[in-house]
Amino acid sequence: MAKLIFEMSKPGRTAYSLPRCDVETCGSDVLIPEKYRRKKDAELPEVSETDVIRHFTELSRMNHGVDTGFYPLGSCTMKYNPKVNEDIAGMDGFRAVHPLQDDETAQGCIRILYEMDRMLSEITGMDRFSLQPAAGAHGELAGLLVIRAYHAHRGDTGRNKIIVPDSAHGTNPASAAMAGFEIIEVKSDERGGVDLEELKAAVGPDTAGLMLTNPNTLGLFDENIKEIADIVHDAGGLLYYDGANANAIIGVCRPGDMGFDVVHLNLHKTFSTPHGGGGPGSGPVGVKKELEPFLPVPLAEYDGKQYRLDYDRPLSIGRVRSFYGNFGVILRAYAYIRTMGPDGLRKVAENAVLNANYLMHRLKGHFDLPYDRTCMHEFVLSYGRHKETGVRTLDIAKMLLDYGFHPPTVYFPLIVSEALMIEPTETESLETLDLFADTLISIADEAERDPEKVRTAPHRAYTSRLDEVRAARNPVLVYVDEDTAE
Amino acid sequence: MEIYEGMKFTKEHEWAREEGGKVYIGISDYAQNALGDIVYVELPETGKKVKAGDPISVVESVKTASDIYSPVSGTVSGVNEALADSPELLNEDPYENYIAVIDPDDLSELEDLMDEEEYREFCSREE
Repeated sequence: MAKLIFEMSKPGRTAYSLPRCDVETCGSDVLIPEKYRRKKDAELPEVSETDVIRHFTELSRMNHGVDTGFYPLGSCTMKYNPKVNEDIAGMDGFRAVHPLQDDETAQGCIRILYEMDRMLSEITGMDRFSLQPAAGAHGELAGLLVIRAYHAHRGDTGRNKIIVPDSAHGTNPASAAMAGFEIIEVKSDERGGVDLEELKAAVGPDTAGLMLTNPNTLGLFDENIKEIADIVHDAGGLLYYDGANANAIIGVCRPGDMGFDVVHLNLHKTFSTPHGGGGPGSGPVGVKKELEPFLPVPLAEYDGKQYRLDYDRPLSIGRVRSFYGNFGVILRAYAYIRTMGPDGLRKVAENAVLNANYLMHRLKGHFDLPYDRTCMHEFVLSYGRHKETGVRTLDIAKMLLDYGFHPPTVYFPLIVSEALMIEPTETESLETLDLFADTLISIADEAERDPEKVRTAPHRAYTSRLDEVRAARNPVLVYVDEDTAE
Repeated sequence: MEIYEGMKFTKEHEWAREEGGKVYIGISDYAQNALGDIVYVELPETGKKVKAGDPISVVESVKTASDIYSPVSGTVSGVNEALADSPELLNEDPYENYIAVIDPDDLSELEDLMDEEEYREFCSREE
């Protein structure tokens, strides 16, 4: 394992030397009141410039990202992040603007927000988007608070339950609970969709709404969506679209046309901005007309001459984040949409679905496929041989590290045992898909021939198998120098 | 699969055992095996009122976090404090180590649950 930078520290070593200061100086004892001052010096590593560069370069080489290799992490849409987006985000007019500038002096930025609202509305079939939420789950929370405010404004105060299918992302029930709702879970039917009979039994005058990901976490499109929408709407509830899997449908069909009233999108998934340690997310939330007054403030407006930020929205749920959301991320996603255009976005979805189906067909004879249907942008396999071989899905995932692949999502969704959830995304070549399929098949064969080798993988990665159980039971979160610890 | 006699089981793989008018609840051997190494148990508060089927605790493993549902209605009258520091006890002996004790409203609710033989049959169908 690489050393911590603290462990490389040598007293007196520095990475810089500054010229002598040519103005009068005063110490922190003059500038900072006593009560805010440290009692003893901060323990900072004392290292040279070469130490710093080598240390962090080495760490970056241990990392795995979409720029270094295939990353089929299901439901996370680890697609390529086009570098032109970074060029746009680095332009002075965007980079040097201050969030407290007057609207008149930040017209370009507000125009981006305004046009992004328009474009996302068109893509999803909604009427209005707030770009404020900082990530997907934050978008869920904002959307649910909008639903709550909508019912309350109508005097319909008994609606305190949100219905969530058992295949949902864990964030759905968590966000609903945070927004003050009770959660009702409905089971999936044998085709992997929402069980309509269970749904009919679950709805009622206390239904605030249903949260649904379509395609769902099995990578399956729920063909009953119109009927589902009718059941929920007839009971007086609203439909919430979790946009985590929107990469499968953009440019092809729209949540608004399926009957959804509220949508969040993950710009860091569907719209190609970096994530997974590479950058903050962005989870805009969009709504149909009747819910528009409740969206978070501010919204970007345009009167034909001037762009401005509108805070005068009395029914709004208020602010959900400082300033204007993760503007740099919104900007990158804007550049992506402009680069791709409507035809390009449609091809994104088509190729994402094609790639997933190709991989599914290459792998389905070698792993179990609990829901054997044409999939959308991802699919879920199950490693059913674990009782015979003693090898588990986790071991297979670890072995993939030896071959330079990021493992797929494992043990999710919860309704599939020993699950591997694979999402190749649209930007991978046939050669990469084949290499991944061949590798996974060879690991499945290895599990029959030499299960011990798979159970103890990885063997060639930077580190051997990490003790995840010990890390979870006894986490060490703070570095303590044993020599100087008191 | 090891099961203690006289225990009742739910479809969600909880067990329930009556002793002196109280109902002890925990998770089955099948459940601990499916969850893998358990790293955290969120214990319910004593005095909490629950209905049969309400989530009462959360068991977290390296793979997943799973709700534990109360097999009977009643009031939580005690919890297994040892699990706070040693969650692995649920892996080591899931039938010896209960999660909570319920003061039941109606003991006859236990009759709706599966007995040992029915549960074995249920688990074999799950696989």
